Amino acid sequence: MTQLTGSATPLRNQPRRGQRHGLWGFWYDEFIRSLIIQALVFGTVVLVFGFFAKNAIDNMNHVGITSGFDFLSRSANFAIGESMFEYQSSDSYGQAVLVGLANTIKVSFLGCVFATLIGTVLGVMRLSTNPLLRGLVQSYVETIRNIPLLLQLFFWYAIILNLFPGPRVALNPLPGTFLSNRGIVVPALTWSNGWLWLIGFALMAAGVFAVYMINHRHRERTGQQRRTWPINLALMIGVPAALLLSGQWIGIELPALSGFNFKGGATLSPEFAALLIGLTLYSAALISEIVRSGIQSVSAGQREAAYSVGLSWSQTMRLVILPQALRVVVPPITSIYLALTKNSSLAVAIGYPDLVSVVNTTMNQTGQAVENIAILMSAYLTLSIGISLFMNWYNAHVAIREN
Amino acid sequence: MSNRPIAMVRESLVPEMRPPPSAVGFGAKVQRAFFSSWLNTSITLVCLVAIGFAANFILNWGILNAIWVGDGETCRANAHAGACWAFVWAKMRFMFFGFYPPEEHWRLILVMVITLAILVASAQPRFWKRWLAYAWLTAVPAVFILINGGILGLSYQPTRVWGGLPLTLLLAVVGLAFGFPLGILLALGRRSKMPLIRNLCVLYIETLRGVPLITILFMSSVLFPLLLPEGAVVDKLLRAQVALIIFAAAFIAEVVRGGLQALPKGQYEAADSLGLGYSLKMRKIILPQALKVVIPALVNIAIGFFKDTSLVIIIGLFDFLTTVKATLNDGDWLGIHIEAYLFAALIYFIFCFSFSRYSIWLEKEVAPERIR
Repeated sequence: MTQLTGSATPLRNQPRRGQRHGLWGFWYDEFIRSLIIQALVFGTVVLVFGFFAKNAIDNMNHVGITSGFDFLSRSANFAIGESMFEYQSSDSYGQAVLVGLANTIKVSFLGCVFATLIGTVLGVMRLSTNPLLRGLVQSYVETIRNIPLLLQLFFWYAIILNLFPGPRVALNPLPGTFLSNRGIVVPALTWSNGWLWLIGFALMAAGVFAVYMINHRHRERTGQQRRTWPINLALMIGVPAALLLSGQWIGIELPALSGFNFKGGATLSPEFAALLIGLTLYSAALISEIVRSGIQSVSAGQREAAYSVGLSWSQTMRLVILPQALRVVVPPITSIYLALTKNSSLAVAIGYPDLVSVVNTTMNQTGQAVENIAILMSAYLTLSIGISLFMNWYNAHVAIREN
Repeated sequence: MSNRPIAMVRESLVPEMRPPPSAVGFGAKVQRAFFSSWLNTSITLVCLVAIGFAANFILNWGILNAIWVGDGETCRANAHAGACWAFVWAKMRFMFFGFYPPEEHWRLILVMVITLAILVASAQPRFWKRWLAYAWLTAVPAVFILINGGILGLSYQPTRVWGGLPLTLLLAVVGLAFGFPLGILLALGRRSKMPLIRNLCVLYIETLRGVPLITILFMSSVLFPLLLPEGAVVDKLLRAQVALIIFAAAFIAEVVRGGLQALPKGQYEAADSLGLGYSLKMRKIILPQALKVVIPALVNIAIGFFKDTSLVIIIGLFDFLTTVKATLNDGDWLGIHIEAYLFAALIYFIFCFSFSRYSIWLEKEVAPERIR
C-alpha cells in the first residue's frame, strides 16, 4: 500500500453536491449517480429478459407448443418405477411430479437421518485416543471427500447390480436382511391399525417430552435435579401395553424367499439403495469433520471445570461439552442437509425416479421447457427454504442466550 | 532441647530414579495407545481384523489374482477371483482422451501439460506477480488453439470430439477463471448501498445456491436454445461452460462476501478518509485483505467444483467420467465395472487430494497479517 496513485483526491477538492465539473457535475452527486446506475442496470436486465421472453414465445409458436401449466392435468403416459403412493401411467403429469417430489423428499430425509447418525459416531471416533481407529476414520473421510459423488453413486449401483447374487442365493448378513441384485430387502413394521399406533406413539413422545420440560423448568427454578426415567419408562411401556391389551397388535415382518422373489418385508430397489448408500456415506464423511471440529472447539478448560465441580463424564458431555459443541455444529450441518437434498438430484443418473427425473421426462414429452424448469427450481427452492427455516429455528433454540 | 538434632530432615536430595520400564520407551507408548483399557484393546483388535480383511482382499483380488495382461475372455473366466486391470490398460487412451483422433492426442497431452504447469505456478504465492496474469492471457488462447485447431496447420476438431480428462480440466479451470471475477462483482454488489443492485445480487446468489447444479445444466441444454432468436445456435459445450461459470460465481460470491464482512469497519473508513474513490478503495485496500482471508475457502470451492464438473455426463458431454462410463459398453469386455470406476476414482482422488493438501499448506503460507 505504499504507492497510492495520484488519483486520491485531496479533501479540499472534494466536490459538493452538483457544484462542479459543469455538465458532468451531476455525476459527482452520490444520490443521482446511484439512481442512474440502478436505472441502467434495471434497464439492461429488463431488456435481456424481454429479449429472451420474446424469442421463447416466438420459438414456441413456431413449433406449435402451447404454454401454460395446463399440461399438468393431462395424462402422463409414462410409468414410474417406485412410488410412495398409488400411481399409474394414466394419471396426470401433476401426479407424476408429486410422485417424484415425494421420492426426492423420502431419500433426502432418510439420507439426512442416517448421515447424521453415522457422521456423529465417526466424528467421535475421529477423536479417539486409539491411533488405529483415528487413522481408519481419517482415511475413510479423505477417500470419500476427494471423489465425485456421482462416481460414488455409479460405483454403488454397479456393486449392487453386478456383484450381488441373484435372489435365490441372496446374501443374508443379518437375520431378515437380504442383499441381492434385485435390491435390498429389510424387515418391515406391520400393525393392525396404523393410525391408532401412530397416535399412541405420538402421545407417548409428547408425554416424555412434557415430563422432560417440567423437570427442566424445575431445575432452572430450584437447581434440583429430579428423576425423569421412572415416569418415562412407565410411559414407554404403558402406552404400547395398553394398545396391545385392547386387542391391537404390532410386529416386525421378516422377509422370506418364495419362488424367484421375496415376500414380506420392505424392498429397497437397487437404484434407491445405491442412492441412499451413496448420499449417506458421502454426507456422513462431511458431517464427521464438522462434529470433530465442533467438539474440539470447546476449550479444555470447560471439561476440566466440569470435572472439578464434580460432574461425571456423562454429565460433562451432556451438560457442558455437547450443548456448546452443538452451537458450533448446527449451521454447517444445515448446509450439509441442503447439499444432500440438492445432491439427491443425481438420482437421475442411475435411474431413480426423483423429481428431476420425472420432470425431465415430462419436459421431453411436452416440450414445455420453461414451465418444467420453473417447477423444478421452485420445488428445490421451497425445499431449501424449508430446511433453512427449520434449522434456523433449531439453531436459535440451541444458540447461546446472551443478555 | 533446642540443639537436639532433627533426625527427620534430609539434607541432600535423593538421586533421581529411572522411571519404571512400563512407563517409558516404545513398549509403553504402544501399550498406552492401543491397549490402555479393555475398551481400547477391543477397539484395536476390531480395527486390526478389519484392516486384515481389507488387506487380504486388496492383495488377492487386486494384485495376486488380477489379470494384468489379456483380453475380455481371460477376464470373464476370472470374473469373481480377481480384478481385470487389462481392461483399464486397454481402454486408458479412450478414457483419457475420448473421441479425439488418436494421431492428435499429443495436442491434448500438451494442453494438459500447459494447464497443469500454469496451475502449479499460480498455486505459489511467490509467483503472484504481474507476469502470471500475462502467462494466463497467453496460455488460454494457446490451449484453445491447440485443442480446437483450424490454424497453424493444426487440423480442426469440433467440440463434440473434445473429451476425457482434458475436457474435465478445461471445464473446471475455465469455470473458475471466469466465475472468480464474476463472483467478486456479485459479492460487492450484494454489499452495495444501492437497493436495486443489492437485491438483484441477492436474488441471483440465493437462487443459484438453492437449486441443484443439474437444473442449471438442464437450463443450458434445454431451455437456453429456446431463448435465442430462431436460427441462432450456441455450441453445446459453450452453453454448459457458461452454466458452470454462472453456478461457480454464486458460491464464490458467498465466500468472498464472508471475507468482506470479516474486515473491520475501520479499513473502509480509513480508505474513505483518504479520499479514495470506490474502485480504488476496493482494489487497493479492501479486496486484497478480504481475499487473503478466504483463500482456503476458495480452494475448497475449487475442489468441490472440480468434482461437480462430472455432472455434465447428464447432458451428454464426454468429460472424464463419461468416457470412463462409455468404455463399460464394450461387448468384448462385458461385466467389468468396478475396475473402471476404481481407476476413475483414483484419478479424481489424486487431483482433489493434492488440492486439499495444497490448501492446508497455503493456509499457513498466507496467514493473513493481524488486522487491528
